[in-house]
Amino acid sequence: MSSENGKRLPETDAAGLNFEATELTLGLPGKSRVTSDGGAKLGSKRGFSETVDLSLGDKKDTNKLGQTQSQIDAREAAPAKSPGSKAQVVGWPPVRGYGKRGKKSCKYVKVAVDGAPYLRKVDIEMYNTYQQLLASLEHMFSCFTIRNFLNEKKMDQVNGIEYVPTYEDKDGDWMLVGDVPWQMFVESCKRIRLMKNTETVELAPRTPPKWSRRS
Amino acid sequence: MMNYFPDEVLEHVFDFITCHKDRNSVSLVCKSWHRIERYSRRRVFIGNCYSISPERLIARFPGVKSLTLKGKPHFADFNLVPYDWGGFVYPWIKVLAETGIGLEELRLKRMVVSDESLELLSKSFVNFQSLVLVSCDGFSADGLAAIAANCRFLRELDLQENEVDDHRGHWLSCFPESCTSLVSLNFACLKGEVNLGALERLVSRSPNLKSLRLNRSVPLDTLQKLLMRAPQLVDLGIGSYVHDPLSEASNKLKHAIQRCKSIMSLSGFLEVAPRCMSAIYPICGNLTTLNLSYAPGIHGNKLTKLIQHCRKLQRLWILDCIGDKGLGVVASTCKELQELRVFPSDPFGAGNDAVTEEGLVLVSAGCPKLNSLLYFCQQMTNAALITVAKNCPNFIRFRLCILDPVRPDPVTNQPLDEGFGAIVQSCKQLKRLSLSGLLTDQVFLYIGMYAEQLEMLSIAFAADSDKGMLYVLNGCKKLRKLEIRDCPFGNAALLEDVGKYETMRSLWMSSCEVTLGGCKTVAENMPSLNVEIINESGQTVFNLDEGQKVDKMYLYRTLVGHRKDAPESNQTYLKCRGDLTRSDHHEPSLNDMIKDMKLKNISGDDDFIISESNNFKLQSQLFEKEEAEIMILKWKRL
Repeated sequence: MSSENGKRLPETDAAGLNFEATELTLGLPGKSRVTSDGGAKLGSKRGFSETVDLSLGDKKDTNKLGQTQSQIDAREAAPAKSPGSKAQVVGWPPVRGYGKRGKKSCKYVKVAVDGAPYLRKVDIEMYNTYQQLLASLEHMFSCFTIRNFLNEKKMDQVNGIEYVPTYEDKDGDWMLVGDVPWQMFVESCKRIRLMKNTETVELAPRTPPKWSRRS
Repeated sequence: MMNYFPDEVLEHVFDFITCHKDRNSVSLVCKSWHRIERYSRRRVFIGNCYSISPERLIARFPGVKSLTLKGKPHFADFNLVPYDWGGFVYPWIKVLAETGIGLEELRLKRMVVSDESLELLSKSFVNFQSLVLVSCDGFSADGLAAIAANCRFLRELDLQENEVDDHRGHWLSCFPESCTSLVSLNFACLKGEVNLGALERLVSRSPNLKSLRLNRSVPLDTLQKLLMRAPQLVDLGIGSYVHDPLSEASNKLKHAIQRCKSIMSLSGFLEVAPRCMSAIYPICGNLTTLNLSYAPGIHGNKLTKLIQHCRKLQRLWILDCIGDKGLGVVASTCKELQELRVFPSDPFGAGNDAVTEEGLVLVSAGCPKLNSLLYFCQQMTNAALITVAKNCPNFIRFRLCILDPVRPDPVTNQPLDEGFGAIVQSCKQLKRLSLSGLLTDQVFLYIGMYAEQLEMLSIAFAADSDKGMLYVLNGCKKLRKLEIRDCPFGNAALLEDVGKYETMRSLWMSSCEVTLGGCKTVAENMPSLNVEIINESGQTVFNLDEGQKVDKMYLYRTLVGHRKDAPESNQTYLKCRGDLTRSDHHEPSLNDMIKDMKLKNISGDDDFIISESNNFKLQSQLFEKEEAEIMILKWKRL
């Protein structure tokens, strides 16, 4: 069983990331794929990680920290090795309402981070809570720490800089993320900006936003 | 003998037979039973809207009053089907309207429902009473306004998990003052505001209202007023539930809730401040159904405290933030529990709060009546599944979703073949199964061997070879729906026994190893199947060569040939002669059907389609017999 496990779960390789298994091929899914043991079976099975790569359609670049290069899409694949990160495959997990079925109803907003050279776009309708959104932003801008008012525990500070999540609403005002109910936020959010803490130090709320209160 | 009973007597007897399967069986006994059953049939269930046409439906059942239609394949729920794939209800409503059918009830699932269809529906059927839309899309509040305004005897408007373009909230005001017949109103899935005054007035003049599910825009004070006006409610869905427990509003709410002594089903809490849950405690003791799966705000001990009040629960839908410990509370409190669904609160995230095999084992030990499960979890072990199988041999539905779909047993690092094997072996009534985790061909061997009652199977990222699929196709005699994604099943498995697919409603295979050539072979040999291919890699199917794999294949039995409303990206084939022709609408003749059809192992499916196709064969045998003579048929059910 273990050899088959090895074929299908490159992330369980003791040696580290298995580049062959994560290498992408262009063309229709299923064509001439090399499996990790080299001796590809006829009709080689598609492992979960391979599917992840295929559906993202992008060459992956891994750095020493095992972090992948960011994607254009909001859905980012983190290497399965790092604990707690989930790669995203279309339609998995099979839950209704977390993805959008129709051509309508997906709301992409720009996300700017002070100091980053480019912006990202996130479909905020993909999330149901502030926690999910902030977790996703954290993945996306993994070298920054986003101050998370919602659960009052500080994230690991990689380089000592904290960012405060703010957003521009329909009226053009910059608001602190977390004050209003989630749905109201989704409807009124036009863009998001993660502000460097030094800029917001005067604005830092004495009372945390309404939705941060744990009950 | 039966020959001497007049038709009215038989019809009266048949009135007592309500189940589709039984009525289908009755219609196969002889010509006169067929005739009587046909005219007296009021409720028809069509599991695949493309398996039959509305004209044929009406020709067979001119007295139909209640129609249930399902459209898109199940995997459409998970974004695997293009939005323009099909499943339009408009042609059905149009034909029903034109032929003067007295439609009273329409239940749709995964269909595209336009505002135009709703408007036509509302104006065409004088006695229309009940509209149930589940997982549908394509309509807006304007369509709802038409229903509200024109259906004078409307009893039920039930909208479950639909994608509604909800730009104007005036539809509630369109119910005329004369409308007092409402029994059930569910608009929880709507995102927009509603006219609260109109809602209050509507509820006030609906003395028969038993079920009311509000959307998140309905605030607490309106809820309180509604409850005061409708203390007879049996089923309540709360929209917004945010209040300060020390406030006057909260007291008024408590008082209103306490008056509702009949509430047995509670859901919603689309916006919630969990400190206020104590107001609900007085009615918890009566609850048989509780759905908190849209309420991530209720967690921790607020959640467990709430559950501890619900000793009579039979059905519980919650989020995985309940944790294994919380499931332990469920296990010790809810001894009557039959159905449990645990949804992921953070499907793409770290899943730190997710449940594991421990929670499931606890529930299985504490709730012996458990027969239906949908469980999203971080991990599962074989040992746990074996224990669950021992504790709960009564599962009818067992759907397990491990968030990492190829995760092995974390303790032994083995695949979960043995665990699922134990489930199918122990649960002899199992009708529906969804697998996940690391799985080899072995689990399918078990399924083929033991899952004799299995009707629906969902497989993802599993198996090693074609053998897996073959075990299932050969073993599961009652299989009706098979849906597969990302498995190494190819043409060998697909083509081994194409006749099998006529005994099933549908087969879905995506990201497998099936090629265009394989699909064509099926289509060429089976005129009663539609084989559809959905290719999303930008190439139209015409440009593929036979050896290339298809992204997605969906095949289903049908009596009316391939559909004309398929989108460009999706090709259907029927009887190809080397060439792909999409344009001809080939409807098999009666003789074709009889010649080509192999009716093996028909097990009394509740689908209308199988009764209809059986019917043809029977008719050809009976054409010389006018007298009602009981035929001895090979049907197992008879």
